[in-house]
Amino acid sequence: MSTLEIRDLHVAVDTDTGDKEILRGVDLVVRADEIHAIMGPNGSGKSTLAYSIAGHPKYRVTRGTVTLDGDDVLAMSVDARARAGLFLAMQYPVEVPGVSVSNFLRTAKTAIDGQPPKLRSWVKDVKAAMDGLNIDPAFAERDLNTGFSGGEKKRHEILQLDLLDPNVAILDETDSGLDIDALRVVADGVNRFHRRGGKGVLLITHYTRILRYISPDFVHVFVDGRIAEEGGPDLAEKLEIEGYVGYVGTSA
Amino acid sequence: MTIITEHSHGPGASHGSSLHRFASFDVDAHDIPRGREEAWRFTPMVRLRNLHVDAPLDGHDYEITVDADPPVQVRNGEASDALRGASGYVPVDRVSARAWAAADKVLALTFPAEAVSERPTVVRMRGLSAEKPAAGHLVVAAQPYSRAVLVVEHEGSAAFVDHVEIVVEDGAQLTVVTLQDWADDAVQLSYHHARVGREASVKHVVVTFGGDLVRTSTSLDYAGPGGEAELLGMYFVDAGQHVENRLFVDHNTPHARSNVEYKGALQGDGAHAVWVGDVLIRPEALGIKTFELNRNLVLTDGARADSVPNLEIETGEIEGAGHASATGRFDDEQLFYLQARGISPEQARRLVVRGFFTSLINRIGVPQLAERLSGAVDRELAISEATEARHR
Repeated sequence: MSTLEIRDLHVAVDTDTGDKEILRGVDLVVRADEIHAIMGPNGSGKSTLAYSIAGHPKYRVTRGTVTLDGDDVLAMSVDARARAGLFLAMQYPVEVPGVSVSNFLRTAKTAIDGQPPKLRSWVKDVKAAMDGLNIDPAFAERDLNTGFSGGEKKRHEILQLDLLDPNVAILDETDSGLDIDALRVVADGVNRFHRRGGKGVLLITHYTRILRYISPDFVHVFVDGRIAEEGGPDLAEKLEIEGYVGYVGTSA
Repeated sequence: MTIITEHSHGPGASHGSSLHRFASFDVDAHDIPRGREEAWRFTPMVRLRNLHVDAPLDGHDYEITVDADPPVQVRNGEASDALRGASGYVPVDRVSARAWAAADKVLALTFPAEAVSERPTVVRMRGLSAEKPAAGHLVVAAQPYSRAVLVVEHEGSAAFVDHVEIVVEDGAQLTVVTLQDWADDAVQLSYHHARVGREASVKHVVVTFGGDLVRTSTSLDYAGPGGEAELLGMYFVDAGQHVENRLFVDHNTPHARSNVEYKGALQGDGAHAVWVGDVLIRPEALGIKTFELNRNLVLTDGARADSVPNLEIETGEIEGAGHASATGRFDDEQLFYLQARGISPEQARRLVVRGFFTSLINRIGVPQLAERLSGAVDRELAISEATEARHR
């Protein structure tokens, strides 16, 4: 049971022309068992929010707080945030040649739990998780994200979500680039994770189509570095019909 | 920052200075190198201990042990040993000519025709002191259709100039791994030459971890058509170390193959890696194929890698020729990805560096060495972690 609380978050990046503020006062609370969808046009800062919470060094928090059950997330190193129970499924998982998926998964699991997983149950767990996401067993011996198709990368992110079992999962455009079958597989994986109980989910997406398979409790419209409107699932339906035109003046 | 250069050469392309080299057994036919010459411009001459000028090469402060199963023939021969010179090598510089003249013993290993040796043959050289420079000479002959693996290990302290002649006769398959795991005060200048027979294949591997200055020059040519050569190298260069690998592949027969892959990691102030890969494709080298690759991973500030591929093509009738060279820093995005899964920065670095070398270690293909090489990478990384911890 965890609560992720974001208060007045301002984030900037260094650019050639000086500081550029991308997040301009974000307030958001994700409680256990809640699914939040953050929707917004390209360039609105959705991904910046995700990476800032995970601690990517490119983003500099200039104001505000992020806490997990009251603990100061912003004071933690990247790896400590993951061990505290935060997980970010990335839009563009990075290739790491020479490191096999199975070695990576075992190393990450050991780091998160503070001890190596029991070998027998671990092998079984990995196999079951891979089955659940229609991942070929041979996948385990491939180099991490290296030469993976877009769909394989996304399924591999959800495989980690399943095995590392965080308290709060942030999914950054996990739906983008997936065909309908892959989208269903990935959505099922997220729903299974959520049904374990006590899990918070923050789903970042440009499109409404993943919301046919994952039902959010709250929908936030993200525009220009802050939340412009909040509502229930009906807000997503409105966006499906009207797009973001009412917020940004174009249909971007 | 990552600098990558990669390109292929079409038939007829040619650039750079001539790779046709002067060679002579006569010491005085070679000038004393001063450090401005193309072949010496990266080498810190002051650390050569006069090996290139007039330092006597008559030291014997080392032990050699050979671990070989029958039917491998091992001979501790005199300087006049029949196998000496069998590779056709002629010294290309003064250091080499001096060592050729000075070596008073020749260690000759013969893998008999059609014999298949399951277990690697191991030659261990343990240097006892770097005070008195020594000259060594090893000849390895793989007779027709033999199959064998030879590992030559160096450790301890030494000032050592040596030749390794490799003769791979028709249809033979030979792997030679030389491992430089010297103590911090060791200086080694090493000259390897391989001659590859008709339809023969050689895998030549240079692994360098320890030593103050280790400069390995590897040249290779072919005694007949259809030979295959894989020239692999792996190095880990620490603060103050100079590791230099110079390669010269002489495509002098038709339908041969050569493939070069050297990979290294560097860390610490003054760590310097040099890789020079010369490939000459002579007019008679019709239908050959060659590729060379050098990759450096710079782990800390203050380390420097020089990488110079050079291809000279004298015939248009080739199948392919190309080279690639890349020197890069740690990829921050890789480290972020791993850390975002709870993995500590130290372990993330370890995974990335081990991963960097994994495909190369697999390619070396000597299972008895794989774990040892990975372990050596881990030990090297432990050095930089300890240094970083002190600075924190």
